[in-house]
Amino acid sequence: MKDFIIPWDDRDMGTPAKAGKPVHLTIDGIDVTVPAGTSVMRAAMEAGITVPKLCATDSVEAFGSCRLCVVEIEGRRGTPASCTTPVHAGMKVHTQSSKVKKIRKGVMELYVSDHPLDCLTCAANGDCELQDMAGMVGLRDVRYTPGENHYDPSGTGARSQAEARLRMPVGEANPRYLPKDESNPYFTYDPSKCIVCSRCVRACEEVQGTFALTIEGRGFESRVSAGAAGDDFLSSDCVSCGACVQACPTATLQEKSVAELGTPDREVVTTCAYCGVGCSFKAELNGDQLVRMTPWKHGKANRGHSCVKGRFAYGYAEHPDRILNPMIRDSIDEPWREVSWSEALAFASERMTGIREKYGRRSLGVITSSRCTNEETYLVQKLTRAVFLNNNTDTCARVCHSPTGYGLGQTFGTSAGTQDFDSVEKVDVALVIGANPTDGHPVFASRLKKRLREGAKLIVIDPRRIDMVKSAHIEAAHHLPLTPGTNVAVVTALGHVIVTEGLYDEAFIRERCDWDEFQAYAEFVSDKRHAPESTALLTGVNAQELRAAARLFAKGGNGAIYYGLGVTEHSQGSTTVMALANLAMMTGNIGREGVGVNPLRGQNNVQGSCDMGSFPHELPGYRHVKLPEVRKVFEDAWGVEIDPEPGLRIPNMLDAAVEGTFKGLYCQGEDILQSDPDTRHVAAGLAAMECVIVHDLFLNETANYAHVFLPGSSFLEKNGTFTNAERRINRVRKVMAPKNGYEDWEVTQMLANAMGAGWAYTHPEQIMAEIAATTPSFANVTYDLLEQKGSVQWPCNEEHPEGTPLMHVDGFMRGKGRFIVTEYVATAERSGPRFPLLLTTGRILSQYNVGAQTRRTSNSVWHEQDLLEIHPHDAENRGLKDGDWIKLASRSGETTLKASVTDRMSPGVVYTTFHHPDTQANVVTTDYSDWATNCPEYKVTAVQVSPSNGPTDWQEDYAAQAERSRRILPAAE
Amino acid sequence: MRHSHPTSDDLQALIDAQMSLEGPLLPILHAIQEAHGHVPEAALPLIAETLNLTPAEVHGVMSFYHDFRKAPAGRHVVKLCRAEACQSMGANALSEAVLDKLGIGWGGTTPDGRVTVEAVYCLGLCACAPAAMIGDRLIGRADAARIDAELEGAA
Repeated sequence: MKDFIIPWDDRDMGTPAKAGKPVHLTIDGIDVTVPAGTSVMRAAMEAGITVPKLCATDSVEAFGSCRLCVVEIEGRRGTPASCTTPVHAGMKVHTQSSKVKKIRKGVMELYVSDHPLDCLTCAANGDCELQDMAGMVGLRDVRYTPGENHYDPSGTGARSQAEARLRMPVGEANPRYLPKDESNPYFTYDPSKCIVCSRCVRACEEVQGTFALTIEGRGFESRVSAGAAGDDFLSSDCVSCGACVQACPTATLQEKSVAELGTPDREVVTTCAYCGVGCSFKAELNGDQLVRMTPWKHGKANRGHSCVKGRFAYGYAEHPDRILNPMIRDSIDEPWREVSWSEALAFASERMTGIREKYGRRSLGVITSSRCTNEETYLVQKLTRAVFLNNNTDTCARVCHSPTGYGLGQTFGTSAGTQDFDSVEKVDVALVIGANPTDGHPVFASRLKKRLREGAKLIVIDPRRIDMVKSAHIEAAHHLPLTPGTNVAVVTALGHVIVTEGLYDEAFIRERCDWDEFQAYAEFVSDKRHAPESTALLTGVNAQELRAAARLFAKGGNGAIYYGLGVTEHSQGSTTVMALANLAMMTGNIGREGVGVNPLRGQNNVQGSCDMGSFPHELPGYRHVKLPEVRKVFEDAWGVEIDPEPGLRIPNMLDAAVEGTFKGLYCQGEDILQSDPDTRHVAAGLAAMECVIVHDLFLNETANYAHVFLPGSSFLEKNGTFTNAERRINRVRKVMAPKNGYEDWEVTQMLANAMGAGWAYTHPEQIMAEIAATTPSFANVTYDLLEQKGSVQWPCNEEHPEGTPLMHVDGFMRGKGRFIVTEYVATAERSGPRFPLLLTTGRILSQYNVGAQTRRTSNSVWHEQDLLEIHPHDAENRGLKDGDWIKLASRSGETTLKASVTDRMSPGVVYTTFHHPDTQANVVTTDYSDWATNCPEYKVTAVQVSPSNGPTDWQEDYAAQAERSRRILPAAE
Repeated sequence: MRHSHPTSDDLQALIDAQMSLEGPLLPILHAIQEAHGHVPEAALPLIAETLNLTPAEVHGVMSFYHDFRKAPAGRHVVKLCRAEACQSMGANALSEAVLDKLGIGWGGTTPDGRVTVEAVYCLGLCACAPAAMIGDRLIGRADAARIDAELEGAA
């Protein structure tokens, strides 16, 4: 099996691809045909001819400033820049005439006259376009004597910084020389090496859409500036996405890791393991030393872009906290003992087998991880179904997108988003609800912002004024700041306006949906009680604004819905998903590019873990376990009898544990103690179990209650696949050997075999073959196909041999689209005199979920603790100032953290993140959950906020318990 | 010039007054400088917020134009031409003399806040080189004594 190959052309084509009619031209005598709008530079590249260039790169539009790419075109005067000159039919281009060669040499000479000659000791040595171009144009001499320059700190005319250092004591300082900006933890900005090509500034604007960089000054004084005068990279608006570093042709913007470790010499294409966007990256290495991660431009989800997490925050894999040896203990008040793999597995299997004998087969269960690969997840659910012989499997999707699976399954017939991410390029009106893309799904946010700058309109439904509502060069047409918990009322009111004002797409509904069901729905939704005027008091949303938003969505062209956990994590999460599906169907926004219902998945493989049969009632491919024909497929494959009864969900497992009927859990790559609601209940459940096996990179919070710890492997250390939010199956490739000794699927297999399973997989490819053989929507998926295509979107089977970018194109998967009545039922969690505020929770850009990974990287520079965002009015009432310690209390529990007073909150609503275990925001959240799927209601908790002077008793007790339970005895000699 | 420490309300009023224009950034910078003799740093975030730009972008534009000032100039601004024609007629000696006398460098302001000297590249008065400008008044065939006298006269 070839694990690291790059069969795709990775050259920089100079300018972006265009999509016009074919144009024929001749370059250096070679005929080439390219789409109209293509630059001469790109056309030359297509013909295999490289035109020297510095300011052009194919991630940004041409700029025409460096004058190195000049060419001659027959019949035209002068020497036009090939990057800014579009092709023309019949054009005859000469890229190497003596005239242009002379110009290029002169231009290069000028560039080099203000650049230090330190190539041999430069961090970009061997990876520098200035160096390459000097070679390419044949620069042999620089005739300019040292004069005014930016690189010589001594001001003595030294030609290199090394020389300048020698001369320093005698020379006068050079006021033009600026020292390196090292403020960003991951990259440096060295103005002395800058050639002012503006690629970084343009990448920040065009690719990332943050506009944090500019060129300050003019002429010879021009320098790149992050933020305004006095700012450095860290204090500016920079979000550290790395687009500027990626675009920089020199060492001016350079990863610190490359400066430290040297330029990498091999590359492995793999998939990021953070959010559900599923960006493709090149892991660049020296031997097995990872030097940097760079976004891969042929990645179909990210198209060459990245965010601070995927690009830079991979250091956790080498953090000293990582546990590399298996550990066991008899009870959770004992310290851990490091043991061999065989001893740990024997201990685990003995305990699990003992529990099964004593309490019955249904007393065991597993939790699969949305952070692990499809193949690993498949094996974990197979473990409980084929070895434990029950269906007690659940996954972290339970607490995030289970309502998506249910809601979209009911209405459209498949439990997944309808589009690919490229579809955003055709959107006319985007409706973003309950999602904060700039923080949670940054690469998608950049793609959406790009489309908004091209003129698409945006509607945001969110209690907070998130960055999408208004930031540089984008502004939502409508922001509906609703009271948390009223999603269904707001979305149903949108439906009311569309139906009662006759804005629905009757032709689409008649053709694609059940017309009778629509009429029943129309009658329901037309009722006055759903009018925005009737619900305004309840939702807090201005009725006129809501009406305007509904009209825009219905009649504004391609309407696409993007939503996140702000939709699902409610007592009516599934209802809101169905309400959104209704909205898309009634406006005809399904089945083509630029439209659709798009869940923004939280974790890298949350789609995949759901697909792989992680839920207690579903076998892989969302097929109910009660169906004998489905069970038969797996019974034949696995040679066991499958329990026809659905198993326990996570909250049920914990309840059963407290009751004493659930005793043993294998939990892979999820920290339920920190991430699941009502921490104290989770702790009680775990404490009541007799064998908790935690399989993870770190001693996470859940491991405080574990008896067996099996060290996990990072995404860099294993083979497999992740499935992102657009159903795209991306390859994860093993970049280095697992530091813990085994890939995670091997560990699961060893545990199963210790319990007598007799599995014999030797590569995840074989697991995928088993998935394809048993699961119709994966029927055609093979590792060979993935190597060939790069990635495929399921369903991938006989009807769709190369996958399915857009769903429901000619008809819904279930046949007719189904309108479902969405009655608003208020959550039982309400604010009142004791708990007058509503708390809603979410994420921030630099940290990821429970922070197990990002807290162990330099990302904490941006967010070292969880903060409570509170409106100035609510803060003043309580005598709170920005930065004060506060106590946050609900009927479940209380915690303390610092306040951040901001008017991006609505009065009456407070917000925090859940990245830090010492805050434990989920001590406060309640055990209410979605009526259909038990997805917890994280997004609404009635709370009170009051001044505080330190941690609560719970926090102190918890910290002490955590410290005790993390003790590890020195290994026995 | 009214005063050099405008409040954010003063600045916001000047910004808002230009918002009906297409491409209002440069008119805003002009209006603020006109009213306050410079564009204070505090204006940048306000301009950025109102125009939905980033402070970096406003900084980039403002720093591109030498005539937008970050700090108030002296009461009298002397501009000495350093373009070719004036140089050939002794502009370098003239500027050396003027700067020496005032004890400042290019772009500097005397400690008493009386005079700022700036370089300029052509005042369109090449026929009467070397040329200078004090405030709005052009001076042809300038020499150090003449500039001195003009400044004395203006007090």
